[in-house]
Amino acid sequence: MSARAVWEEEPTVAGRLGKPVVLALIALAVAFPLYVVVVTSLSSTEAVTRAGGLVVVPRELTVAAYVQLLSGGVVTRALVISVAITVIGTAFSLGLTVLAAYGLSRPGSLFHRPLLFVVLLTFLFGPGIIPSYLVVNSLGLIDHYASLILPAAISAFNLIVMRSFFMGIPGELIDSARIDGAGEFAILRRIVLPLSKAVVAVVGLFYAVGYWNAFFNALLYINDNSKWPLQMVLRTYIVQQAPLPTGAGGVANVGLGLAPAPGLAIKMAIVVIAIVPVLLVYPFIQRHFQKGVIIGAVKG
Amino acid sequence: MTFRHRLRRDWPLLVMVLPVTVLLGVFHYFPTLGNVIAFQDYSPYAGIRGSEFIGFGNFQRMFAEPAFWQAVANTVTITAVQLVFFFPIPIALALLLNSVLSSKLRNLIQGVVYLPHFFSWVLVVSLFQQMIGGAGLLAQTLRDNGHQAIDLMTKPDTFILLVTAQSVWKDAGWGMIVFLAALSTISPELYESAAADGANRWRRLWHITLPGLRPVIVLLLILRLGDALTVGFEQFILQRSAVGGGAAEVLDTYVYYQGLLVGDFGYGAAAGLFKGVVGLVLVLVANRFAHMVGEQGVYSKS
Repeated sequence: MSARAVWEEEPTVAGRLGKPVVLALIALAVAFPLYVVVVTSLSSTEAVTRAGGLVVVPRELTVAAYVQLLSGGVVTRALVISVAITVIGTAFSLGLTVLAAYGLSRPGSLFHRPLLFVVLLTFLFGPGIIPSYLVVNSLGLIDHYASLILPAAISAFNLIVMRSFFMGIPGELIDSARIDGAGEFAILRRIVLPLSKAVVAVVGLFYAVGYWNAFFNALLYINDNSKWPLQMVLRTYIVQQAPLPTGAGGVANVGLGLAPAPGLAIKMAIVVIAIVPVLLVYPFIQRHFQKGVIIGAVKG
Repeated sequence: MTFRHRLRRDWPLLVMVLPVTVLLGVFHYFPTLGNVIAFQDYSPYAGIRGSEFIGFGNFQRMFAEPAFWQAVANTVTITAVQLVFFFPIPIALALLLNSVLSSKLRNLIQGVVYLPHFFSWVLVVSLFQQMIGGAGLLAQTLRDNGHQAIDLMTKPDTFILLVTAQSVWKDAGWGMIVFLAALSTISPELYESAAADGANRWRRLWHITLPGLRPVIVLLLILRLGDALTVGFEQFILQRSAVGGGAAEVLDTYVYYQGLLVGDFGYGAAAGLFKGVVGLVLVLVANRFAHMVGEQGVYSKS
């Protein structure tokens, strides 16, 4: 509906004026903090001093903070770790989820119902923090990067979303491929996956955002701070306000002949670095969930 | 068809499901069984087999512990406050957005309000700190204008409103999706004939829109009640040291601090198990209730 229906009343004055104001305030509530953080991260020492802290009006922008953070040290290392965990974890989770979703999408197959029950039951209760910790510990995964992937690799929700989509693929397509002699793996690769690009993309992006944002598993399982992902760094230096280490192994002091960035700009640059990947994939997520991939699956 | 026939036909499907089954087995079901240590005087050196069973000893200790009840009270209070101050907001947002005629503007606003859902809690807390914390923009502006600076991130008495505001900022937009979907299923003809019968916009809202949303509202309300003991872990663990355990200790953080950090595994597992079992009962009761009031509920016997 892009125009007002003929039977609808004229909008009231309050509605005509109030609605844009409310919408603008809502958008501003989301956008303004992000704006302030970005501007401050790009500000020079002088600009930060003049503003007395966070900078709202941009003046003398510089990328010194980013150069310092990304030329080696704590944040560079955490960034590399987070990117690696996200890429490897997403590939792993997505691959296993696709396989299981297809394996469970043929009603009447052997053990179909009990296996589906095993997946669904994980919705009803969690194993608890301490028993999970003890299992990860006894597998020798403490301080191992695998502890950031394996325990949370499978989201039952994502699996069910994908399975519902696979079940909507016309059975005739699959049956005719089977008559042509295709095995299940070939059917999955040649028939089902090409028809399911959207749902695979959405589920992949959900996994990726999940890995990128994961903080709690690192808190539980990674004691060695040289193995911290970015969210742990963010927590330590921004939320807990620990002083940033400088010099070798910390944050580089100078880079490319730029004046050193103020501490606040460096901190805000860490925040921005944590946001950017989410902003990069966000348009893709948005394009897909507007098609109702998620909602349809939840209802089914 | 015999079992052997079906096995010969379906073994590739079973192979496909196998890795996920193994992962869930190792990292979900196996630890679930590990909850037996809640009934033990568990020692990591002796292990589950070597540790002594003490029956409900851990639970007795827990129920006599005021800090535990403080955590329960905090959790339940936070759930209640969020039901009142969070729950209606996505509904209102969806109604507001649904009334925006330009689909371009609607998409833009949707894009903006969904975004924070994809931020981590660390990021959300960081952003709030920069806005209303002790060194944040609000304090800075107040100080510049000669007022006393305030730090809303460390005040225990307003902490509950702070976490609710954070939840609203992060997830109110996302929560709107399901209501928008429900709104789109209401037939425009209903509105048209109501208007022809002389119903003004408020009467249409009351007699058509809200009844159309009722099933979704009831379902989500029930889900939230079933989840009453879960208020979000990361959000609290991140801020507990700033405001103290008196206000910020919830059941999950209690398990983390009293069980894991001090190495009192059996006791922590007991607190975790308490939360898990009560949570499970709440979900089952809530679902039964949904069926009773004639709604679909979360699951049904098929």
